[in-house]
Amino acid sequence: MWTWFYKLASPPYVYGVAAALRLWLFGAAALAMGYGLIAGLAIAPPDYQQGDAFRMIYVHVPGAILSLTVYTVMAAASAVALIWRIKVGHAVAAASAPIGASFAILALVTGSLWGKPMWGTYWAWDPRLTSELILLFLYVGVMSLRSAFEDPLRGDRAAALLAVVGVVNVPIVHFSVVWWNSLHQGATIVRIGAPKMPGSMLWPLLSMWLGFMLFFGAVLCMRLQAEVLNRERQASWVREAIKS
Amino acid sequence: MTVGAWEAFLLVLHRELCLSFRRPEQLFQPLVFFLIVTTLFPLGLSLQLSALRDIAPGVLWVAALLSSLLSLDSLFKSDADDGTLEQLALSGQGLTLIVVAKTGAHWLVTGLALVIVSPIVAIALGIPTSAFAIMMLSLALGTLTLSWLGAIGAGLTIGLRRGNVLLSLIVLPLATPLLIFGAAATDRAISGTSTAGAMYFLAALCVFTCTLAPWAATAALRITLE
Amino acid sequence: MNFASDGLEFEKVHVWRGDRHVLQGISAHVRPRELLHISGANGTGKTTLLRVVSGLLRPEQGSVTWLGQSITSSRTEYQAALAYASHEPALKSDLTAIENLRFAVGLKRRVTPKDLLAALDRTGVAACAELPARVLSAGQRRRVSLARVLAMRASIWLLDEPHANLDAEGSELVSELLQAHVQEGGLALVVAHRDLALSCPVRRLELNS
Repeated sequence: MWTWFYKLASPPYVYGVAAALRLWLFGAAALAMGYGLIAGLAIAPPDYQQGDAFRMIYVHVPGAILSLTVYTVMAAASAVALIWRIKVGHAVAAASAPIGASFAILALVTGSLWGKPMWGTYWAWDPRLTSELILLFLYVGVMSLRSAFEDPLRGDRAAALLAVVGVVNVPIVHFSVVWWNSLHQGATIVRIGAPKMPGSMLWPLLSMWLGFMLFFGAVLCMRLQAEVLNRERQASWVREAIKS
Repeated sequence: MTVGAWEAFLLVLHRELCLSFRRPEQLFQPLVFFLIVTTLFPLGLSLQLSALRDIAPGVLWVAALLSSLLSLDSLFKSDADDGTLEQLALSGQGLTLIVVAKTGAHWLVTGLALVIVSPIVAIALGIPTSAFAIMMLSLALGTLTLSWLGAIGAGLTIGLRRGNVLLSLIVLPLATPLLIFGAAATDRAISGTSTAGAMYFLAALCVFTCTLAPWAATAALRITLE
Repeated sequence: MNFASDGLEFEKVHVWRGDRHVLQGISAHVRPRELLHISGANGTGKTTLLRVVSGLLRPEQGSVTWLGQSITSSRTEYQAALAYASHEPALKSDLTAIENLRFAVGLKRRVTPKDLLAALDRTGVAACAELPARVLSAGQRRRVSLARVLAMRASIWLLDEPHANLDAEGSELVSELLQAHVQEGGLALVVAHRDLALSCPVRRLELNS
């Protein structure tokens, strides 16, 4: 089992795996998202309470879930890189961060757009949107920290530590924001939330979630290839790979 | 004959306090900032004292957070600049002990000072004296937690250009639970409802942070020292 | 002081700084009563090597052992037994010379003000004991940092450019201190551009880019 683990620590091996998986992941993501979007936007019936506005769920919820998932992936890769000094972990973390941040922005924008028909305003300090916003700030912090260092390895390590510290805080932040919101209940009567879900609404949602995950995987492969090439640019295998 | 851990801790604490009091004007800066920021809110909102009371806990806490952040930048910076941080790291006492002593000293001269000054600010914001006990206790716990979060951030950002901006960027999102619980506790103390829930959460957060942050801050310093 | 036959050894140490392969497989074994003079042109990694040996910097590859044990496993004990003098004198400008010594040396061993004054006297800056470090000249600060190394009574000395900012008399002082240290059973690694005029045997490690 450990040989598999240590194989993954080798940059050329990871590069090869990423190159091989990329196309399949993109294809699978396209299929899943395609079904999800068509079934969710066109075929599923409108919600009796929210009307057609609820369809935002098909982008908003998977986006929010992914922003959290990607943060966890980033933190796990960072932890591996810090504890076992496996540099590929830093590459994975660096590659994932902007993707996760983009998902967070997507969740916030779609949440805000969903809020307009629901609350009449684009923003109302809903607890989940607020903790999503703080998650975005955490992403920005990690990315800024990484780029602030002149020595890239130190930047990687510092960002990795911050990611690990952040992941411990994410549940705490979320809990405290939900608690805070429960104190100040008032403005938001209709919460952005999943309406009761019959199959015709649920399956497209799950498919979109799967599609987003596959999409993350595919983009991660792409970015990981670029990161690995950049970090290992002195190595001989890189020259071979670029030639081919 | 080696020096025991407790003795070493007290020595570093002594060192930090000595250094802080050699430049007493620097001790006042965060406190003055605290007063200035608090003054900005009524000026910007031009409210009656009774209406100020509604936003007072939030204003007080935001001002306290920002003031504490100001001085966190210098937690390790001066030692890193003149090379004494390396001497401390190589003292044979373990970097964690050094970090705990430095952060503890920092809280004593910054956080505790803020707590002591807070009644003045509270009066300016219209907070009734009945709420002072909870307000000060929550500030004490909150600033201690913040000192630890800041120690992690400071350890990561030593020597970076615009390090203090980056420090705030890193620490403030992590400090939002603090702000929520602390301001809620003060708010409830003002309105006379039970503060137990908020205070317990705040205390739990403080204990949690004080337990784990030393290791994170030490790891951060090691990364920087390399 | 601990006198041990194994001494200090570092093997095949590799360090990269960004793209630069700063240390390319450096090895050496320094026993008690030996002095290693590390020399080389600018940028060849002399200071980096010293920081690796001190335990501040973990090399990408290679190991450092003291008394047969890797320093990463017994880091605090190892660091308690060494005295490191970096290129900067490492003094707090707001503290007096003797306070600087007290807070630095006091973490390694219990010292009395008398001990510290004696160390300052040995390096010729006893008169500066009660002066804040910011009013001292560069040469005086260097002497205070040497006093600190002396007062620590460590078996391992890691000195980075100890002659910097010192006049001829000061350089002689450095030589005397090094010789005395080596004769008493300690070992030292010294980074210096110039030749060390020492009567005790000196081994040389030349770093190339």
